[in-house]
Amino acid sequence: MTALKSVLFALTLPALLVAFWYIATSGAKNFFIPTPALLAEKFVSVWFSDRFFSDVLPSLGRLVIGLVSASVLGIAAGLLIGSFRWLRSLTEPVLEFFRAIPPPVLVPILMLLIGVSDLMKVAVIVSACVWPVLLNTVEGVRAVDSVLSESARTYGLSGAARVRYLVLPSASPQIMTGIRQSLSVGLILMVISEMFASSSGLGFTIVQFQRSFAIPEMWSGIVVLGLIGVIMSFIFQWTERKILRWYHGLREVENAA
Amino acid sequence: MQLEPNLAATNVPDEIRNADTPCDKAMHATEPLPSSEGVMLSVRGLKKVYQTDGGDNEAVRNLTFDVRAGELVCLVGPSGSGKTTLLKCISGLMAPTAGAVLLDGKPVSGPPKKMAVVFQEYGRSLFPWMRVRENVELPLKNQRVPKAERTRLVNEALEAVGLSHVPRSFPWQLSGGMQQRVAIARAIAYQPEVLLMDEPFAAVDAQTRADLEDLIRVVWKKLGVTVLFVTHDIDESVYLGERVIILSSSPTVVQEDIVIDLPADRDQLNTRSTPRFAELRHHVYKQIQLAKKGHRPASASAGKDARSD
Repeated sequence: MTALKSVLFALTLPALLVAFWYIATSGAKNFFIPTPALLAEKFVSVWFSDRFFSDVLPSLGRLVIGLVSASVLGIAAGLLIGSFRWLRSLTEPVLEFFRAIPPPVLVPILMLLIGVSDLMKVAVIVSACVWPVLLNTVEGVRAVDSVLSESARTYGLSGAARVRYLVLPSASPQIMTGIRQSLSVGLILMVISEMFASSSGLGFTIVQFQRSFAIPEMWSGIVVLGLIGVIMSFIFQWTERKILRWYHGLREVENAA
Repeated sequence: MQLEPNLAATNVPDEIRNADTPCDKAMHATEPLPSSEGVMLSVRGLKKVYQTDGGDNEAVRNLTFDVRAGELVCLVGPSGSGKTTLLKCISGLMAPTAGAVLLDGKPVSGPPKKMAVVFQEYGRSLFPWMRVRENVELPLKNQRVPKAERTRLVNEALEAVGLSHVPRSFPWQLSGGMQQRVAIARAIAYQPEVLLMDEPFAAVDAQTRADLEDLIRVVWKKLGVTVLFVTHDIDESVYLGERVIILSSSPTVVQEDIVIDLPADRDQLNTRSTPRFAELRHHVYKQIQLAKKGHRPASASAGKDARSD
């Protein structure tokens, strides 16, 4: 019953928006704004075709590889930087500097350094997605409870065991927050990396449509991007619920008290 | 509670146990030990000074006392008397400024393998991402205790604290008293020779606390473990301890070290209403009041108590 209710709630606003869009486009004939029916038709004909394998899948592949690499890199570096005060003092100014650089400006530089390749595109995604994960991990590692930490010490947990059983789980809520932030950043950079120099991919295709005035096709590409974002978010939420079950339970108990 | 009077009685010489002396003159555990034999935990001239921006803060001045193997000793002192500081030094979590802690004759420089600590903040000492069973098992896993042995120890420990029915729960799904039982089970399963408890029942309600006090007595008798129990609760210290060490106010020295000559078999209802309990409680209370007023034992000025070598 509640499941049905939540599905209804989730679908109501999209349905209303589409209805509004339908009414708004039914009379006027604006070349740049297609009707819902036309867009749906183009969506099916453009994306349920070879394009799915030649453009969508490679883009998604680079995005996933980029996100996973950024997470691994961010968590590993965050564990180190968060664990040692001197390393934090040493790296903090430099990190702030690199974090402040808007990643899209790195695209031409990486093109020169790495060449126009999948590796370059993945590097662009990683260069942007690593920061939220890294900084959140550092905060999470620093926030390990002192009593918990002392308990672990009295029971001889040190080194790798300490990281595995104490630091990582304790920082996992913050780490997940960082990964969630990097998802949307990654999607943006995936598109941008394909707009500069590419012969395939979602970003490339959308720009192609734009330049050839294939307006409904362009819009359908944007819809694909939005759908990818929604699906990623759902997958992430589901995973997060699994991994952080203890955390949400704990929070509920604390809030009830 | 089981009837095992001999176990506890062996710790105290009979003449002291049976002496019917007025409490103010009674039962000082000050007769020098024959040798270091039988001493499990030895605190020697311990001093801890915290360096702060506002200058040095002397939390513990000079503490010297011994705990024999298998003894249950309560440390009681006015609030702010450096009890927690002392415990952190004993457990190797903090290095003392001067003096030493000896465990079984060996100086403590880090958390020793033979020691387990139960903290006051049960909610912050158990891993919230692990189930009850995993929490109890983790220290053993870390020691690479074989799986079968581990399972047996965890089962026994959970059984001992009366929590066999909730191994799959997360700690935060349990009441405060039950969480502290989990922490105690984890300590028991670790098979320490010394169990340190830092005001473990200060944050649970009075009825739960009474149950947990009895649990500690039972566990102590059953396992023969040496227990050092820090508390600010005078009644608790007298009810639990075979010996009570009263600390002065900060900077801390030993104010008095007394033997609790109550029967080994204690229960909440009767023991607490015996005249002897009232006398002992009265005595400890008076000493604490003196400590709060800043009274210091004569020996403190000499920098040692009656026990020091």
